[in-house]
Amino acid sequence: MTKDGALPKGFERPTVSASPNDSSVQEKYEEVKSSSKTITLRISKFNPEKDLRTAFHAFTVPYQRWTTVLDAILEVKSHQDHSIGVRYSCRQATCGSCGMIINGKPRLACFTKISELDSDVVTVEPMNNFPLIRDLAVGFERMFSTHKRIKPYVIREDSETNPGTKEFLQSPEDVEKYIQFASCIKCGLCNSACPTMTTDSTFIGPQGLAQAYRYVADNRDQGKDERLRIIDEPHGIWRCHFAGSCSQVCPKGVDPAMGIQLLRGYLLGYRK
Amino acid sequence: MDKDRKEGIKGMANPGRYGIERVAYWLMRITGLGLLFYFIGHIYETSSLLDGKAAWDSMLELTQTTEGHIFLALVIGMCVFHTGNGIRLMVAQAGFGFGKARRPDYPYTPSSLNMKNKLCIYVSIGLAALAMMYGLSVMFHV
Repeated sequence: MTKDGALPKGFERPTVSASPNDSSVQEKYEEVKSSSKTITLRISKFNPEKDLRTAFHAFTVPYQRWTTVLDAILEVKSHQDHSIGVRYSCRQATCGSCGMIINGKPRLACFTKISELDSDVVTVEPMNNFPLIRDLAVGFERMFSTHKRIKPYVIREDSETNPGTKEFLQSPEDVEKYIQFASCIKCGLCNSACPTMTTDSTFIGPQGLAQAYRYVADNRDQGKDERLRIIDEPHGIWRCHFAGSCSQVCPKGVDPAMGIQLLRGYLLGYRK
Repeated sequence: MDKDRKEGIKGMANPGRYGIERVAYWLMRITGLGLLFYFIGHIYETSSLLDGKAAWDSMLELTQTTEGHIFLALVIGMCVFHTGNGIRLMVAQAGFGFGKARRPDYPYTPSSLNMKNKLCIYVSIGLAALAMMYGLSVMFHV
């Protein structure tokens, strides 16, 4: 931006010649809408407080090559059924709010394009292994409390904030050991895909265990023994049977199955 | 309906959706249960010795039928797969065979689902199939 606040040459905003109500804009919108392809979006609807069973409501939705499943749900919510319960926020796979089962697999709705599903019918359901709030929204309380239980922070006796204490330096190699696990956005897709969590809701789950590994592998941390004690319990790390589904569904490239097996290496004494 | 969206046994037993690793997980459960039932049946079968030679012979005759042979071939297959995949899991669950954890690059390919692991699963299935075929050829004198 220049000193007087104007944008540099070539970056000026185009002058808006038509208001949103202008008929040509509306015509253009209708033209785009009619030229796009359509899919049938089946949305699971269930309100635990008044419904007895889940019902799937089908809607016809136009889509373009770039339309995401979340865009389609919001299109239905805006124009066809305002009552749909859906949680979302950032729309860019960063907040981890819009996890749901899309055509049978846990995915982020904002990170899944309709065109990549290769199906004329897209079915969306709430994530498995979570308590249902309504329609597509599930409760994360249990996952967050498990996350807190594994102490997701660097434990030190000293502190960077103490006067005279140097900052905790790490080499790039030290960072590589845990950085992938720091990408977790707590969307819960891994817990939803886990076959152990289908029957054992007290299992810590891949999300919590991967986060335990993230801090155990961090060379600034001094809470390894404490964390290993927390996960070494009947519903802890030993209930993972390495089906690998958690790693398959993670939208951020975190590999919880790997983290869990590496954690076991610490517990079995193969890693220090 | 429960407010909790737990899939239960149905979700655990569904081998599709997640690739060969989930199929191996499912086969490991099924073969484990199958071998447990066989073990119980085997104790019952051998305990017939206590009732004398005639009881033992009549019990053995059950395994000399076509159904008995097919059943035994299945036991061989279950045993070989469970052993092969079990060794893979013991090695993996001790933290070996994944390489080093590193910064993920898009498109993400999880290290835990690498080719070495997949190959071990396919080898376990292949060995189980070979052992079953060998067992069938011996039992049916092919």
